[in-house]
Amino acid sequence: MNKLILSVAALALSAGLASAQTVRMGTEGAYPPYNFINDAGEVDGFERELGDELCARAELTCEWVTNDWDSIIPNLVSGNYDTIIAGMSITDERDEVIDFTQNYTPPAASAYVGLSADADVTGIVAAQAATIQAAHVAETGATLLEFPTPDETIAAVRNGEADAVLADKDFLVPIVNESNGELAFVGEDVPLGGGIGMGVRESDGELKGKFDAAIQSMKDDGTLNAMIKKWFGDEALVF
Amino acid sequence: MFSYCTDPGTLEGLTWLSCYLTTGKHQSIYWAVGTVLLLLAITAPTALLFGFGGASAARSRFAPLSWFGKIYISVVRGVPDIAFFLFFVIALDQAFEWVRHKVKCPDWDQEVWQGNDFVVCAEAKLPLGNAAQWVHETYGFFLAVLTFAIVFGAFAANVLYGAMQAVPRAQIETAEAYGMSNRQAFWRILVPQMWVYALPGLSNLWMVLIKATPLLFLLGVEDIVYWARELGGSKTAQFTDYPHPDWRMWYFAALLIFYLGFTRVSEIVLDKIMRRLTKGQATMAGEAQRKAAA
Repeated sequence: MNKLILSVAALALSAGLASAQTVRMGTEGAYPPYNFINDAGEVDGFERELGDELCARAELTCEWVTNDWDSIIPNLVSGNYDTIIAGMSITDERDEVIDFTQNYTPPAASAYVGLSADADVTGIVAAQAATIQAAHVAETGATLLEFPTPDETIAAVRNGEADAVLADKDFLVPIVNESNGELAFVGEDVPLGGGIGMGVRESDGELKGKFDAAIQSMKDDGTLNAMIKKWFGDEALVF
Repeated sequence: MFSYCTDPGTLEGLTWLSCYLTTGKHQSIYWAVGTVLLLLAITAPTALLFGFGGASAARSRFAPLSWFGKIYISVVRGVPDIAFFLFFVIALDQAFEWVRHKVKCPDWDQEVWQGNDFVVCAEAKLPLGNAAQWVHETYGFFLAVLTFAIVFGAFAANVLYGAMQAVPRAQIETAEAYGMSNRQAFWRILVPQMWVYALPGLSNLWMVLIKATPLLFLLGVEDIVYWARELGGSKTAQFTDYPHPDWRMWYFAALLIFYLGFTRVSEIVLDKIMRRLTKGQATMAGEAQRKAAA
């Protein structure tokens, strides 16, 4: 009997603990409009707003953490945070290591940007390391110049180190628009990846289920499309 | 920060700059300066302790202890820092959690290693999953201190090992002639005399350590170089009230001045210590001091 009471108490206690768990959201904080650090020094952007809404719908307490892009997957599988929400495209390669929720942006186009519209995209092309764009550049036979942060890839084009940069178009649009004609899109858009999803550990099926449901509910009532339009402009692809 | 900062778009010149340099984001870089200094202040003595332990172990007459010291020195010195920081820290963190898991959740029925995933029970997490962010940051900071201490400790151990060998044999012989035991000769004769031989090597290590702090970001600790890169990168008006082109050059110039100033101060202090340690030593510099005084 004593044992029964004890185990019931232990169960109640562990259930209480489980519901009080904080979900730690890992992001890069250097990829506007997806995620960036705002003037107040906090994580901001499309994914901040989306993530907070998803946590509210899934009734989770969430906390934001920034991590270097290069070590963002190892730190997830090691349990230093519970999700990756960092503009990470769903690819087969990554899917072998971690699991993805359903995508929360439609498969979006990547684009080349150079100093002029006729820049040589088969010459030296900059891309952020360990991204689908870097993999694509390597496949096209152009010389790939990798950088640890997205911002440095743009700087490389500006200072002539690279002929062009390949990145998500949503990231490039505000940069090209505000460059006063210094930068221009080159050639056609390149469709890459299967959209952007949240990364979770493969063993974390429960959390994945919760976020999947929350994303689905946002897709169903149209709030996700509204949010995409707010951050990426009216021409952005929606569901 | 200041009351006139509500609409930065209308400001110019120094007022704009005063607002820009006091945004919440800039306060983060000022904090990071403190973090780096604190890290150095804690790491340097810890690494020295590790080094002293490693060197004493390597000199030990007890063979397994001596092997342990020598293996520590050669393995850690041989592994590239970046590999050490990427993999060792994650492994160390997992080792802590694994031990806690074994102690706190003995009836856990799932595997700890599930494919790529490392899964321990919620109670064994370090820090606990629902701990505040500052607890996580402090934990990351001390993990960083420990990692730096192990890496730089190995180099320090080699320096100290060499310094211990450099103390003239005649000094130890004299100690033995006075009837001192090995232990007494070590602590009273060898250790006080070795520092003068160790200091040039140790000061090199200190300089390298000062500049190694950008490795911190691999551990999730945001250091000054991370913030300089983040703040200096070009900003578009859509996402900030303070848009600017690529200003990394200015931020890195500020870092350059900070690091040069810091190393200069270190040099002055180390020179003072060296002069102090040389006093009365059986070295050329010690001899020169004696002659100058006479």
